[in-house]
Amino acid sequence: MSTVGDEKLRISDLHAFYGESHILHGIDMTVMQGELVTLLGRNGAGRSTTLRSIMNMVGKRTGSININGRETIDMPAHKIAHLGMGFCPEERAIFSSLNVEENLMLPPAVRSDGMSVEEIYEMFPNLYERRMSQGTRLSGGEQQMLALARILRTGANILLLDEITEGLAPVIVKTLGEVLLKLKERGLTILLVEQNFRFAAPIADRHYVMEHGHIVEEVHAHELEAKAEMLNTYLGV
Amino acid sequence: MATFLGINLFGLFGQLLVGLINGSFYALLSLGLAIIFGLLKIINFAQGAMYMLGAFFAWMALHYMGINYWAALIVVPLAVGFIGVMMERYLLRPIANEDHLYSLLLTFGIALILQGAFTHMFGSSGMSYAIPEELKGGNRLPFMYLPNYRAWIIVASLIVCAGTWYMIEKTKLGAYLRAGTENPSMMQAFGINVPLIVTLTFGFGVGLAGFAGVMAAPVYSVSPDMGSNMLIVVFAIVVIGGMGSIGGAILTGLGMGVVEGLTKYFYPEASTTVIFAVMVIVLLTKPAGLFGKEA
Ligand SMILES: Nc1ncnc2c1ncn2[C@@H]1O[C@H](COP(=O)(O)OP(=O)(O)OP(=O)(O)O)[C@@H](O)[C@H]1O
Ligand SMILES: [Mg+2]
Repeated sequence: MSTVGDEKLRISDLHAFYGESHILHGIDMTVMQGELVTLLGRNGAGRSTTLRSIMNMVGKRTGSININGRETIDMPAHKIAHLGMGFCPEERAIFSSLNVEENLMLPPAVRSDGMSVEEIYEMFPNLYERRMSQGTRLSGGEQQMLALARILRTGANILLLDEITEGLAPVIVKTLGEVLLKLKERGLTILLVEQNFRFAAPIADRHYVMEHGHIVEEVHAHELEAKAEMLNTYLGV
Repeated sequence: MATFLGINLFGLFGQLLVGLINGSFYALLSLGLAIIFGLLKIINFAQGAMYMLGAFFAWMALHYMGINYWAALIVVPLAVGFIGVMMERYLLRPIANEDHLYSLLLTFGIALILQGAFTHMFGSSGMSYAIPEELKGGNRLPFMYLPNYRAWIIVASLIVCAGTWYMIEKTKLGAYLRAGTENPSMMQAFGINVPLIVTLTFGFGVGLAGFAGVMAAPVYSVSPDMGSNMLIVVFAIVVIGGMGSIGGAILTGLGMGVVEGLTKYFYPEASTTVIFAVMVIVLLTKPAGLFGKEA
């Protein structure tokens, strides 16, 4: 069991389209149980599209996406979360017609061992203080925490996180880094899209580098120093 | 005759009552329209036809099957709602990704077909539906005579409107609906079957019109054009209230009924146009409507 069971996400030859635009050109990647893997790349490389494809939120997708051993390429979008998937989109998608607590409670549980509301408020005290505020009245950092918190409550054990540090103050970025490490300790599997390489480098096990809808490099954490030069050229950091 | 500052109180309260009755129907119909618009982003031109269906189904249920008013009040909205479910699933959904103009025209076509079919079957003169035994008679109040059935219309509509408002604004199911209105694809990503919610919502919105139709059968003539006549006014009310708000649809519906009633008393010549006049003023001063959010 354990050999195959360890593989939480396996993508092969994934192509994705928005209408006529062909965005992903044959992506191959794997994420193992408990791993934290990042998707790096310049703006427009197709990282968000990769996450959205996994959630079946693009126009059309072909190839194979295997989640927890189940082929999902033909699965309707609303069934994918129930495989234990939690998605935190780039635009955060906090609902303005709901207050903070309603936002938090909105996604239905997809597995039984999600974090309790108490645990979540302990992890994100700001959310507790502002639980009756309208969702979109929160600061950017608080909205990001809410977007993360609401998928932790569902029990999702594979998290797709898109640029969670974007535009946030350094202290909040630091807090988010600590939260990710805690989630990793709990055994969650995380696929993280990041622009902020300094944030991603110390916490990730592995990195994929994307360019123009292709995966052009795979870098293990221990190879970072050796491949720093190459990463610099790809990411322009 | 009771007068106060030259106002005939019997006449005034009488028209106020008529206004509240009409307002109750406006509220039920515009509420259904607002719910449907929220999630599907289409204006359901068949809403009036569904109201007409409700009244006819009540009449047919009574005369062909012996189903009385009280049973019809439950069964008919379900039947009309079921028609809505079928309509959304098999007619609207296939064109959901096209320009909304297509769905709008489709609902308009359905309205015309239904109205034509019922005119063919029943003629256009209209039929009467007796007030249920339990609600016959009325009470003499200080300034007016209040028929029981009319009181019942107001109370029942208010209960249904308030219940719907509560369900949408205060419950988990309502949170799904509000969130689905705002960002359907994110709701799908959370694992919620949005297409199913859309279908059921359409069915519910249309079922409200069916309910209004049953309520209306004993007070208005059951006729094929009852829906289209009503719908023109309800559209104006929806424009006045603004599409965004559930509570706004209810309040504007009731309010405009009252405005219409008062106009009938103070300046009868304007009573059929007052709502449209209000609409023009609102459009000029607050284009998103009284309760609408500015885009
Ligand atoms: N809805 C859409 N319709 C058409 N094209 C899109 C759409 N969304 C993204 N694209 C295009 O797809 C390409 C990849 O976009 P994507 O959002 O995946 O980039 P990214 O790597 O996440 O970069 P960033 O988030 O920094 O912009 C871009 O060229 C973008 O213009
Ligand atoms: Mg992106």
